[in-house]
Amino acid sequence: MIKAILIFNNHGKPRLTRFYQYFAEDMQQQIIRETFHLVSKRDDNVCNFLEGGSLIGGSDYKLIYRHYATLYFVFCVDSSESELGILDLIQVFVETLDKCFENVCELDLIFHVDKVHYILQEVVMGGMVLETNMNEIVAQVEVQSRMEKSEGGLSAAPARAVSAVKNMNLPEIPRNINIGDINIKVPSLSPF
Amino acid sequence: MPAVSKGDGMRGLAVFISDIRNCKSKEAEVKRINKELANIRSKFKGDKSLDGYSKRKYVCKLLFIFLLGHDIDFGHMEAVNLLSSNKYTEKQIGYLFISVLVNSNSDLIRLINNAIKNDLSSRYPVFMKLALHCIANVGSREMAEAFVQEIPRILVAGDTMDSVKQSAALCLLRLHRTSPDLVTMGELTSRVVHLLNDQHLGVVTAATSLIIAMAQKNPEELKVSIPLAVGRLGRIVIPAASDLQDYAYYFVPAPWLSVKLLRLLQCYPPPEDDSVRSRLAECLESILNKAQEPPKSKKVQHSNAKYAVLFEAISLIIHYDSDPGLLVRACNQLGQFLQHRETNLRYLALESMCTLASSEFSHEAVKTHIETVISALKTERDVSVRQRAVDLLYAMCDRSNAKQIVAELLDYLETADYSIREEIVLKVAVIAEKYAVDYAWYVDTILNLIRIAGDHVSEEVWYRVIQIVISREEVQGYAAKTVFEALQAPACHENLVKVGGYILGEFGNLIAGDPRSSPLVQFNLLHSKFHLCSVPTRALLLSTYIKFINLFPEIKVTIQDVLRSSSQIRNSDVELQQRAVEYLRLSCVANTDVLATVLEEMPPFLERESSILSKLKKRKGPGLLPEQEDSPKDKNTGVNGTVESASLSPLSADLLGLSSTSSQSSSSSAPRGSLLVDIFADNQSPVPEAAAAPVATENFSKFVCKNSGVLFENQMLQIGLKSEFRQNLGRLHVFYGNKTSMQFLDFSPSVVCHDVNVHAKSVDPVVNGGAQLQQMFNIECISDFQEAPSLNIQFRYGGTLQNIGFKLPVTLNKFFQPTEMSSQEFFQRWKQLSIPQQEVQKIFKAKNPMDMDVTKAKIAGFGVALLDQVDPNPSNFVGAGIIHTKTTQVGCLMRLEPNTQAQMYRLTLRTSRDSVSQQLCELLSDQF
Repeated sequence: MIKAILIFNNHGKPRLTRFYQYFAEDMQQQIIRETFHLVSKRDDNVCNFLEGGSLIGGSDYKLIYRHYATLYFVFCVDSSESELGILDLIQVFVETLDKCFENVCELDLIFHVDKVHYILQEVVMGGMVLETNMNEIVAQVEVQSRMEKSEGGLSAAPARAVSAVKNMNLPEIPRNINIGDINIKVPSLSPF
Repeated sequence: MPAVSKGDGMRGLAVFISDIRNCKSKEAEVKRINKELANIRSKFKGDKSLDGYSKRKYVCKLLFIFLLGHDIDFGHMEAVNLLSSNKYTEKQIGYLFISVLVNSNSDLIRLINNAIKNDLSSRYPVFMKLALHCIANVGSREMAEAFVQEIPRILVAGDTMDSVKQSAALCLLRLHRTSPDLVTMGELTSRVVHLLNDQHLGVVTAATSLIIAMAQKNPEELKVSIPLAVGRLGRIVIPAASDLQDYAYYFVPAPWLSVKLLRLLQCYPPPEDDSVRSRLAECLESILNKAQEPPKSKKVQHSNAKYAVLFEAISLIIHYDSDPGLLVRACNQLGQFLQHRETNLRYLALESMCTLASSEFSHEAVKTHIETVISALKTERDVSVRQRAVDLLYAMCDRSNAKQIVAELLDYLETADYSIREEIVLKVAVIAEKYAVDYAWYVDTILNLIRIAGDHVSEEVWYRVIQIVISREEVQGYAAKTVFEALQAPACHENLVKVGGYILGEFGNLIAGDPRSSPLVQFNLLHSKFHLCSVPTRALLLSTYIKFINLFPEIKVTIQDVLRSSSQIRNSDVELQQRAVEYLRLSCVANTDVLATVLEEMPPFLERESSILSKLKKRKGPGLLPEQEDSPKDKNTGVNGTVESASLSPLSADLLGLSSTSSQSSSSSAPRGSLLVDIFADNQSPVPEAAAAPVATENFSKFVCKNSGVLFENQMLQIGLKSEFRQNLGRLHVFYGNKTSMQFLDFSPSVVCHDVNVHAKSVDPVVNGGAQLQQMFNIECISDFQEAPSLNIQFRYGGTLQNIGFKLPVTLNKFFQPTEMSSQEFFQRWKQLSIPQQEVQKIFKAKNPMDMDVTKAKIAGFGVALLDQVDPNPSNFVGAGIIHTKTTQVGCLMRLEPNTQAQMYRLTLRTSRDSVSQQLCELLSDQF
């Protein structure tokens, strides 16, 4: 079973966290910090598995992670999961993100954290691997997207018009969004 | 076009996130967040109701704030309201908020349940999926109660969409984990099992996960899944297979499903059906063969997926532990991986080999890789990998390579990462003791450990070396010499001072003949360290000094001077002060005889499990310890006789034998106790027996394997016994024969027992001369026990009160029911009982001539069924039986291997309960 999924950047800023076992809020933050500490000090070409930190359950749990450009994707799993299987699952997840966001980058995760959550939900559910076939996952996400469009198209129009007016004096936003962060660049991750 | 729409996101949210990102300081960020929280709060509390879009936006903001590590204490209600919206996007964000932020014992669960209920019966599959996800993510008991009936129905219904089925299977699995008692599949079980044949990859994979959990809970009922799983696996992995080829992931067909199916098979022993078994063998062969084929793609994903399946297949082969051919192939395959250029594979290979090392078929094959593993220890850059290498060296260690492995580990210890040093120390200590051929080497090893990594040597380790030195005469002189030399180093670790102090205090006399280590030199050496040590060590050294006074009267005055100095006798630490005062006084008032008695050499310790091993087990849990028991041949001979000498144990409770004199006045002896008392922490102290003395145990052991005979006899009285046992009940007829010509008056037998129920029929208080009296006892075994009930008889003979006590031969094995089984069944069960604690093994010398027929009769008398033609070696004996107690039944398997050349036996017992294994081994090993 997957106990937690943590995504954070090279500075330890969490970008998405998902716990499948209850931890109090401050404990969640401590676990994120501890995990970042354990993972970030490792070289890039060492192995992708290590024993879990003490907060998350110690050596009964493994941290299986991948490092893509600016982001770490860490899955904390128990012994019932295949290590290489999870490693590939992370790859499937990231490839799916890449497909869905077209060249996903850290900013996509920041500004569309809800969407990332929805995609993750198609891959992992309640700590269990739900779907491993990328085409299936993308198909499900597209179904969601269509529903969102059809709903957004009609009923949300007035509300969106209002908020658009409110935001008119903030022209710098789009530029802000696109500055800086580098793409995750999925294809380049293969060499270890 | 991207699958998610980026452009029409929520503007307010984007602005807020940009603001946060532009904050220059933590304070600015907190300020901005608090402002936003206040804004959202007022919006939620405001009079006019928010439209769905705004609610969505605010909930998204809250999620973002939560991600940044801020507590969110409101918004839950709004999220719940979103659930009942009929817009997908609003529902979706509501469910997301709830599964991220609501814990399983929230009081909102009831409201959430209502929404889930509606969505589960919705005609939109996407709504059903949202609801199922929510149940799986929260997984509370209340939810389980509400939906446990509904979900299985959705799972097997013919018209459910595949993606919903998939979610339903996993949702059920989650409930199975959180509330196993609630989930009962009943007649739906077989329909769930048949999902293994489903055409949709996602459904089969999810269903397999569910079936694994069900099989773990209810193996018998789920047995039908074995042929289906094997069939499915075959259709995927065997060349020319047609199944699911379009689901290939980087040219590997359905790797995750293959892994799950192999996991499912690991819940069971090898299939019984021949055709299934050969099909499975074919699958495993095929997976192993594929590993040798040239890769179809250079991508790492291809090899990852391929090897994920391979490692799982190897796990299954190790789990079956029955096919030597496959095991050796697996081992060779892992051997290749040990040198693979990919770190991940090296890591996993080391890990799998650890389990492989515990199989008797492949232990030797694993050992051939020792050089590779050692070089991994030296050259790997990754500490995780090195850690696995340490584990593997530990697992592959046996008598033949112990010295080499210990040397390598010691070498590695000098540069090892601090995080794993303590564990390495424990492992070295265990190996050194377990495979010690000569104990000089053992002592050297431990002293080296202390020298190299003193800080990481836990107390158990140095306690243990002292225990062993004290119990083994042959090593004492060497130990004294070695610690003396080690103490000469200008800077030595405090643990070394402790060991040195203790050992010189006991055995310093053995090296005192050499002028270089004369008594005074020894004393000065130790005392030069005194001031650098902590209080407990100083306390120990003071005890060493008083022992010196006994060993070396010639330096008595010097030591008394030290004790008398104000830094000792007025020490601010009460324990040190008390020791100084009492020891000084003792040395003044007692004459040499008294001193010699009080300060006598320590008696050997009772043999029991190494406290180091138990500490290591505690750290690691079972599974990583080498199972190949190959313990030193004289494991018990060194302490011969001490088991009976129960009267010594109160003495040995105070290590330095001072409790009877010096501590009479000391109420504060607690610190001293804690110094070494741990050695006795789990001592099964035989004190009660000693209290009930005089207990005649001579005849007791004769009755372990038979049920009638003479139990006790002296000049006056003969006591005979007949007994019968059935399941957990027994009946004893005891015959008291008066051998004299006079009456026994006030004849009253009484039974003392702790662990079994004994009901005694009352008897006549008078036994005439030459007459025999019969008494019946009804016995009931409640649970497994160690101590036999004892019978105390009091009577008057010619005016004097006679008191006789002995143990009734009611032992655990009496409640055996023999069980016949085939060779295959036997080994299958034998493997199932593979947790280290379940097995107890003892190697001992034959006390009687080794006669095969006598041994057979004894084993049969012990109560187990003697199984012929089970063990490949005809001179070995194997047996099986079930212990019946009132509360439980314990299946037991035993194996006795005689070695006629060495006149030794090796006895192994495996039962499902460690205390039973222990007890039976003790009882039976005494019989040969």
